[in-house]
Amino acid sequence: MSATAAAETVDLASASVRELNQRLHDAAGGGPAAWRVENPSGAHALAAGLDAELDVEIDGHAGYYCAGMNKHATVRVAGNVGVGVAENMMSGLVVVEGSASQAAGATGRGGLLVIKGSASARCGISMKGIDIVVHGSIGHAGAFMGQKGRLVVCGDAGPDLGDSIYEARLYVRGEVAGLGADCIEKEMRDEHTAELRELLELAGADADPADFRRYGSARELYTFDVDNAGSY
Amino acid sequence: MTEFDVASKQEGFGTEATGRWRPGLRESHLFDRNAIHEIHRMAREGIYDIRGFGAKRKVPHFDDLLFLGASVSRYPLEGYREKCATDVTLGTRFAKEPITIDIPITIAGMSFGALSAPAKEALGRGASAMGTSTTTGDGGMLPEERDHSTKLVYQILPSRYGMNPDDLRRADAIEVVVGQGAKPGGGGMLLGQKISDRVAEMRDLPKGVDQRSACRHPDWTGPDDLEIKIGELREITDWRVPIYVKVGATRTYFDVALAVKAGADVIVLDGMEGGTAASQEVFIEHVGIPILAAIPEAVRSLQELGMHREVQLIVSGGIRNGADAAKALALGADAVSIGVGAVVALGDNSHHFEDDYEAIGTSAGFYDDWHEGRDPVGISTQDEELAKRFDPELGGRRLANYLRAMVLETQTLARACGKSHVHNLEPEDLVALTFEAAAMAKVPVAGTSWIPGQD
Ligand SMILES: Cc1cc2nc3c(=O)[nH]c(=O)nc-3n(C[C@H](O)[C@H](O)[C@H](O)COP(=O)(O)O)c2cc1C
Repeated sequence: MSATAAAETVDLASASVRELNQRLHDAAGGGPAAWRVENPSGAHALAAGLDAELDVEIDGHAGYYCAGMNKHATVRVAGNVGVGVAENMMSGLVVVEGSASQAAGATGRGGLLVIKGSASARCGISMKGIDIVVHGSIGHAGAFMGQKGRLVVCGDAGPDLGDSIYEARLYVRGEVAGLGADCIEKEMRDEHTAELRELLELAGADADPADFRRYGSARELYTFDVDNAGSY
Repeated sequence: MTEFDVASKQEGFGTEATGRWRPGLRESHLFDRNAIHEIHRMAREGIYDIRGFGAKRKVPHFDDLLFLGASVSRYPLEGYREKCATDVTLGTRFAKEPITIDIPITIAGMSFGALSAPAKEALGRGASAMGTSTTTGDGGMLPEERDHSTKLVYQILPSRYGMNPDDLRRADAIEVVVGQGAKPGGGGMLLGQKISDRVAEMRDLPKGVDQRSACRHPDWTGPDDLEIKIGELREITDWRVPIYVKVGATRTYFDVALAVKAGADVIVLDGMEGGTAASQEVFIEHVGIPILAAIPEAVRSLQELGMHREVQLIVSGGIRNGADAAKALALGADAVSIGVGAVVALGDNSHHFEDDYEAIGTSAGFYDDWHEGRDPVGISTQDEELAKRFDPELGGRRLANYLRAMVLETQTLARACGKSHVHNLEPEDLVALTFEAAAMAKVPVAGTSWIPGQD
């Protein structure tokens, strides 16, 4: 679904981010469902805190915390995004046509984040249920302390992937520069192939699930053991 | 002796009771009974000690200050007739809806997980009865807590457990926790035995896992990012509610200036004495500075920026009574907050439970193993049977009484100094009993005009 010609347009060359977000928040009570944001110019907190089934298209680059804490809404960014895109997202869909800076999808608890380019360090840090699909590669410490949810990387992953991971599931197609503490490669069973296929489809990624490897927690650091002190 | 006997005897070192003093036996000041016991424990277990409560060492504190009171040159207010106001408005800088608390004492953030749900409810009941606020903690917002708190501050911590925009919008204020006085630079800790189904679900973690939560925020580092983060929180809440920034007392002058620059409405400053539910003892006792030393640094920073009273300052760390509160206010704080004091008011460490305390190897007045979840009073536990021992209505009344008494004490001192509002107390009303306290609080040694460190 892309915003139609009838979309309500907010031009940030003249309107402020405050005006934009207030209008988007007010739209939860009824009002236009399709929105288009022009001249975003890397502004921060664009479309943050949405709480309705809106369709928002951002026509350019966005700064930090774009679509932060999103609920229900679909937000598409026709550019790159700064730190913490869709941080703590609860539900809905966020699609980034370009690349993302650090901490993409941090602490997210639901919904789907798609990054068509690559993502920088700490992608999916402390993720708590969100699904993230990156068409390109990710930087270091991906899914650091990941608690829940799934991170799919069609390219390569940087060092310390899944460091101190809990129950998040990671799928990487390319090379993994290194695994973090307590993160191990795990067997790809049918249910994993099935969920990966579904995620790739939802994210519009043209990749074969058979080419991916799965990583997750060895669960050896779940309870503190003095003999493991060197692993931290 | 067999090899096994020798080994088990060595394992047991340090578990035996200590020896008894007789004339002629001299105990070392450095290697005293506690130090020797702790060395044996370390040798046995190979790990640091974890506990709750605040620092137990003696540090310069409010007890080292005295009020001058009124006399010929100043006149006092009548105790029972003349008004001494106590209300505090927080968040006047940017928030559309600042909050006003009726008393200058708030309840500090304490997590559901560390405390039982009925204990959290009791904190809400007690605070609400006195027209003040309470605060969530590492573990999210509990519905019981929201329901029983007329003013609730929602913490956003590095772990982001249970973080939810709906709760954010339901909150009366938001507190970005950078650090805590008991462990500036340390993350949260909740050990497996306290992770019940409900706690696990709220935190999106498997049951029974030892939670060593993050010490840094996942999506920002440094003051410039913090400013953008605060901007996002304001956008999400449409600039309605105040945003606090909580820091442990360390490099206070700079931290306060940076928090102001980042756009905080309120600074929450927690001294090294500040309580915790679970931290390494080495952290509790050895990191950070006393609140007495930190308040003047914070006030200096705010004054230099022209922000004193514009950005409000809430301070905490070992505050027990109205005297502590009044002295903190006189040094320039807008309000104080309490953790351990509130938990004790609910009934923690009460001698009524002495038998139960003894059964778990401790004694009323000493109990600090709040991380173990075996609290016989039912406060710092997730065990349903233990939690049932605690009555949230009664606990709420006890907390309200405690707060009421603290406020009366604070007003008594303020009136004695001739102040019609507790905020009119000032450093000029104070003197110090020790050089250390004088240097830290920047008030003169009693009977002199000498402030060490100042010409
Ligand atoms: C049981 C308990 C749990 C706590 N949990 C938190 C927490 O979740 N988040 C936080 O910022 N501080 C936490 N603290 C610290 C308090 O918010 C506060 O800074 C401290 O208790 C103040 O010092 P006091 O206990 O001497 O009054 C906790 C303290 C206690 C005693």
